[in-house]
Amino acid sequence: MTSPKQIQLSHGGGGEETNSLIHDLFYHYFSNETLLAAEDAAVLEVKNKIAFTTDSFTVSPIFFKGGNIGKLAIAGTVNDLAMMGAKPLYLSASFMIEEGFPFDDLETIVKAMAEELEHSGAKIVCGDTKVVPRGAVDKIFINTSGIGEIEKEGISANTLQEGDVIIVSGDVGRHGAAILMEREGLGISGDLKSDCATLWPAVQALIDANVSISAMRDATRGGLSAVLNEWAEQSAVCLEIEESNIPVDDAVQGLCELFGFEAFDFANEGTCILAVTEKDAQMALAALHKVEVTKKATIIGQVSRKKEGRVILHSAYGSSRYLDLPKGELLPRIC
Amino acid sequence: MSELQLKDLYDGFRDPDVIKALAKAITDEAKNLKEPLNIMEVCGGHTHTIMKYGLKQLLPQNIDFIHGPGCPVCIMPKERIDHAIALAQMEDTILLTLGDMIRVPGSKSSLAVERANGCDIRALYSPLDAIKIALENPDKKVVFFAIGFETTTPMTAALLQQVEKQGITNLYFHINHVLVPPAVDAIMAGGQAKINAFIGPAHVSVISGAKIYQPLPEKYGAPVVVSGFEPIDVLQSILMILRQKNEAHCEMEIQYSRSVTLEGNVKAQEIIAKFMEPREHFRWRGIGDIPYSALVLRAQYAAYDAEKIFADMLPTDPIDDHKLCICGTILKGLAKPNDCQVFGTACTPNNPMGSCMVSSEGACNAYYRYGEI
Amino acid sequence: MCLSIPSKVVEIDDNNMATVDTMGIKRHVSLDLITDEIKIGDYILIHVGFAMNKIDEEEALQSLEVYREMLEAMEEEERRQVIESDDECDNRTQV
Repeated sequence: MTSPKQIQLSHGGGGEETNSLIHDLFYHYFSNETLLAAEDAAVLEVKNKIAFTTDSFTVSPIFFKGGNIGKLAIAGTVNDLAMMGAKPLYLSASFMIEEGFPFDDLETIVKAMAEELEHSGAKIVCGDTKVVPRGAVDKIFINTSGIGEIEKEGISANTLQEGDVIIVSGDVGRHGAAILMEREGLGISGDLKSDCATLWPAVQALIDANVSISAMRDATRGGLSAVLNEWAEQSAVCLEIEESNIPVDDAVQGLCELFGFEAFDFANEGTCILAVTEKDAQMALAALHKVEVTKKATIIGQVSRKKEGRVILHSAYGSSRYLDLPKGELLPRIC
Repeated sequence: MSELQLKDLYDGFRDPDVIKALAKAITDEAKNLKEPLNIMEVCGGHTHTIMKYGLKQLLPQNIDFIHGPGCPVCIMPKERIDHAIALAQMEDTILLTLGDMIRVPGSKSSLAVERANGCDIRALYSPLDAIKIALENPDKKVVFFAIGFETTTPMTAALLQQVEKQGITNLYFHINHVLVPPAVDAIMAGGQAKINAFIGPAHVSVISGAKIYQPLPEKYGAPVVVSGFEPIDVLQSILMILRQKNEAHCEMEIQYSRSVTLEGNVKAQEIIAKFMEPREHFRWRGIGDIPYSALVLRAQYAAYDAEKIFADMLPTDPIDDHKLCICGTILKGLAKPNDCQVFGTACTPNNPMGSCMVSSEGACNAYYRYGEI
Repeated sequence: MCLSIPSKVVEIDDNNMATVDTMGIKRHVSLDLITDEIKIGDYILIHVGFAMNKIDEEEALQSLEVYREMLEAMEEEERRQVIESDDECDNRTQV
């Protein structure tokens, strides 16, 4: 097939051009038995309880240091499943493409999706493609929904216990900072890369080591602050965090200094936060350190009853303050 | 001496052990105070440092901070914010300003709301970005709503210098630059706030030089220490004030010696003086009119002065704050943000009743963001 | 908006604009407000797209030295106090 230079309305029309696009691009990169069966719906089988999630991706810009909208669409959904202790198995992928979108860009995105799937072994088993007139979407939007099989039950934001240890799997704020860097009009540049990555291998390592996990969440919009505050409220506990233990990359810190932001308000797309029972904390760290994506995991705090529903940040020199939910729209279209 | 690294300029002035050591030295020195120390930190940036690093928690009970009026957006009365809105609403107009102005509430609306309603309003990181916008939109009126204390004024002047040099005719200026010393004098003239020491602004002083505070110690019997923005800077400044008090000195000292000199940035001062002069009247929120406390473009630059050219679009009547908003009292150092009935409830950064809650240098914003335990 | 931060000069072009680095983040700033000669490697304070001044490295290093000495003095004092309280300890066995 000779690739078209641009995606046209006819590619979403349901006719010959649509079929070519699906076969030559999507089926080619996402190839698996179920998908290629090309039925109206994918027929799947699972043995246990399942986790089911969905996410739409509208990130701008669509290409950024450390990834693109496709990589994000896979990692984001796969991570949501992993955070529930579910092995990611099956994904759907829906594309809404603006008329005139360059074919090469679409291929780069699809290829990145296929590569990202390999990190979890999940497969895209069904999908949809729509092409809309210029201006109806901004370049490309992707929705992915995912099904995972629960391997570890009981992980919930409502079950944090006093004494639980809080661990963060890597340095915080890199995705939000990387996106901010690429926004026009700010006149800044740097090597800062998004942390966009699949976390399933790290969760697998924790499950295999039989770590007792109370809660686990990837820190997307709202960053570390959002997750900690949600947990404090939902479990009615206090989270006491040592500020100097929160790992922050130098370049993220530089960006925060320039604009007056806090790294823990920025989004992450490959970094998660866990609450584990105190006795399992070292075991959890050991398991996480064996996996590339979480090799810098570190303890940042502990659960107490000091002030229920709040997160307290302790400085290294004896003062403390509340860490509240980030306010206002920090950055639009971050994921 | 070893070579200075960039990180030293941050971490070196935030070192936890040094902070602890300074806190201890302050506690020891404060035992000898004859009366409580009420330090006014003039600059909103210092208020933020104090709150963000929890410095009050490290200090003994007999030292208190009185938050000053050093927030250039907070001190603007509502009618001047309405000026920005009126300018933005003009046909074929692009309104440019610095980020802090966007969400500040006027009497009925804000620039953020007007932008959502379709007005072309843009936040600039640097005033120089206005040039590109003016050149790209030759058939539009581009108005730069300039805000800031002495720190930011030279940048507006530098922009005007470029505009003149490049012969740009569609870029206008609405000047709201204000001065620190007259504001401090006005607050002290009120006679109510019990201030007996000052922490002088860091970056205002880089531009204007520490010389502008030289009259203060003698005038008010209060030491002035010009401090940097890092927590160690502020703590060291407090220690310096304490030592002056206990040794019965009363003078102006520079703690921020790595960036502040007595003379300041003379080139910046000259460029300001070339294009601007003090204006006879300027109403400050909560304080009222302070003569010669703000700047205006010199007569020969009237062709760029939006306040003159678009005068008939601009409201003139003074507009007071909502009756529950005590921003004015806070700016005078007579109340703290948590004294306000609506603090954190009806008034939040997302729904501000007054600019102190939404500006990055506002005291209310600092208290809200870095909530005290 | 008094947010002004120290940055290192990494490049200077013909238009009196400098590229500065703040811990890995680079920006362009105007040097139009500076009289001092600025060289690559200098530290400057930047504010809304302009360099405000050149940071006095000597003064900065001196300040850091003062803090270091303060810490050393504190540690000495603490050590002395520990030794003294140990000297006064009743349970100390006679040698």
